[in-house]
Amino acid sequence: MEPLSWGTIVGLILWRLLPVWLALAILLSVSAFYKRRLGLYGKLYDSPIGLFGFSLVAFWVFVGLFGAFDLIITHDPLTQISGMKNKPPGTAVASASSDDFGYYLLGGDNLARDVFSRVVKGAWIVIQIAPLATLFAFMVGITLGLPAGYFGRRLDVALSFLSNLILAFPVILLFYLLVTPEVIATGLPSYMATVLFIFPIIFSAILLNSRFHTRPKLRTPLLVVVLGLFLWLYTSLISEPGSAIQILPKFVDLFDISGGVLVVFVSVVFVNAPTVFRIVRSLALDIKTRDYVAAAQTRGEGSWYIMLWEILPNARGPLIVDFCLRIGYTIILLGTLGFFGLGLPPESPDWGTTINGGRKLLSIYLHPALPPAFALLSLVLGLNLLADGLREESLKD
Amino acid sequence: MGIFVLKRIGVMFLTALCLTFVVFFITNLYPNLEKIAKTQGNFRMSEAEVERYLAANGYSQPILLKYAQWVGIAPGWITEIDEGVRGRCFIGTVSSVEKPTSRQYCGVLQGYWGHSTVFKEDVGPLVIERLALTGKLMFWVLLLMLPSALLVGVLAGMREGSKTDRSLSAFSIVTTATPEYVSGVIFIAVFASSAVGLKWFKGTATAAMEDASFANFFLPVFTIALYGMGYIARMTRASMTEVMTAQFIRTARLKGVSFRAIVLKHALRNALIAPFTVIMLQFPWLLNGVVIVETLFNYKGFGWLLVQAAGNNDIELLLAVSVVSVVVVLVTQLISDIGYAFLNPRIAIS
Repeated sequence: MEPLSWGTIVGLILWRLLPVWLALAILLSVSAFYKRRLGLYGKLYDSPIGLFGFSLVAFWVFVGLFGAFDLIITHDPLTQISGMKNKPPGTAVASASSDDFGYYLLGGDNLARDVFSRVVKGAWIVIQIAPLATLFAFMVGITLGLPAGYFGRRLDVALSFLSNLILAFPVILLFYLLVTPEVIATGLPSYMATVLFIFPIIFSAILLNSRFHTRPKLRTPLLVVVLGLFLWLYTSLISEPGSAIQILPKFVDLFDISGGVLVVFVSVVFVNAPTVFRIVRSLALDIKTRDYVAAAQTRGEGSWYIMLWEILPNARGPLIVDFCLRIGYTIILLGTLGFFGLGLPPESPDWGTTINGGRKLLSIYLHPALPPAFALLSLVLGLNLLADGLREESLKD
Repeated sequence: MGIFVLKRIGVMFLTALCLTFVVFFITNLYPNLEKIAKTQGNFRMSEAEVERYLAANGYSQPILLKYAQWVGIAPGWITEIDEGVRGRCFIGTVSSVEKPTSRQYCGVLQGYWGHSTVFKEDVGPLVIERLALTGKLMFWVLLLMLPSALLVGVLAGMREGSKTDRSLSAFSIVTTATPEYVSGVIFIAVFASSAVGLKWFKGTATAAMEDASFANFFLPVFTIALYGMGYIARMTRASMTEVMTAQFIRTARLKGVSFRAIVLKHALRNALIAPFTVIMLQFPWLLNGVVIVETLFNYKGFGWLLVQAAGNNDIELLLAVSVVSVVVVLVTQLISDIGYAFLNPRIAIS
């Protein structure tokens, strides 16, 4: 079969992405219709920049989601097909049977795998890890940053010193120290996960307790249910057969996360948390001087109630904007890890690893390295624009 | 002021001490030591052989003692093996006759940074040599990055909302979304590969270590500069737009001062205070960029050294590298704080 022309390649890619276009069209039109009732998210539809950013992000989220259900990909991202090594985009697969897709749309990489399918699968890895890791970093940063800013004094000095300590570390050195097979063998990342992942539980426990402690009849069952659920998730997250921590028996262990992913996750949370801590701390320092905080203090509210139900909601604007920016930064960090071949297994289709694999032959073959590079660029760009749009819209009122 | 600086330097030493201990601790975990033994000896060593190697080379001591030796407040280890005597303060195995009689201290305090297991050289001169190469890279990066970032920021912030502003802002957002390993790959693909055929620049900068030319040095410099540029430009723009709405600018306008003179004489000086802090705080980020770009372009400077040291668990080299990077980060923070107070007399250091 003849190789495809560039026009056909673009057409075929657009056609493969059809589910994404449909989902995007539905999401955007429905949201645009109800935008007046959707709060800050709805206001995004009045800002062209924010909307463009949001569409880019939504595009990649849908690509990742549908890719996870094997809707978009044309070949298995790990299968090597002989004769397809470093073949240019649009090359026909030699040994294709009738029900296989007949072409490598974006060519083959140095191990004869389909670049297009790998980029799509890579999106799934990124959109799974990055937002969740950022959320965890926020939980840690908020849980520590609020008391540091609110109480101040020794607590603040100690926590600030700790966060500056982590921030003074060059990120790549930290990755090299944490994410090597030898260190994983010692179980150090698993212990760090045990510590870091407990923060969401502490956070939600304090959040609910400080609000409802005056109504023990509601508070107690609520806390039991929520904490029970979280603790179950927590223990199944950290307990891993064969690793240093193995508490849960197999049948109650909800899911297993392979060691590589867990380590990557932990190190990314660890790097992000101190910056979030600093932002939350300075916001808390600023907001605690406001009148409504003084009013709450006069009412005799507890410190945690004031922090979580008075200060935190009023700090949400900058925090949401930073959340978007930080997801982008986390994606860049994940790419950095992949670029140095750390953490995720070498055959993993995530973008950083694929860029790293493609860069060695870059002077001869461009197609394996460029698609993941542009994918990463556009997703991070989308998040930055989204954050910009949100900042503008939230400043308006 | 003096007390402030002294205090900060004290904190700096404390931070460096804590960080090096963390690095020391992680690199001295047993699997890491086993890796050193196997790469230095051979990969088929038995458990007992690994133990013997570690004992003979002073790795089996308690970690605090080893750390004290590295700092130079405890005498260096000396072990006697069948072939003679090995010790921290001398290289290789010597016969027991030559063995120094007095207890010797050799650590950072004495100016000895240890011996690299990968490069088989003393760490001190090795790091300095590589730092000089990275210094050259950084010099050109700053020379390219700072003026262009400030120019972009000032031009964009001069008239908020104008076409120039929109396009320059878009440019800076795109650069902040492009990490070095993405832009570097794109630049190599476009300007250096035989597939596109422009071949304006070289895709590797190894030759630039000896003899830098525009063709072999521009791409790495540009790649680092571009990622840092967007952020500084955005800060400059924000600060410039704020200044342009200030009262004294309006007064100058009403007096009939030309727009050019307002920007150059009145606005610029005030607008450049905020970016100064940002520029200083960019150094830690630049360090990251240096590591990525030196790996990508195979330029064997400090970042490359970091990757080599970390990848091979070269303990003493890694410690020296982390000391240098921590000092860079903390010194720039200090300069940024002092400089900010210096540029803006309204802020008092306390």
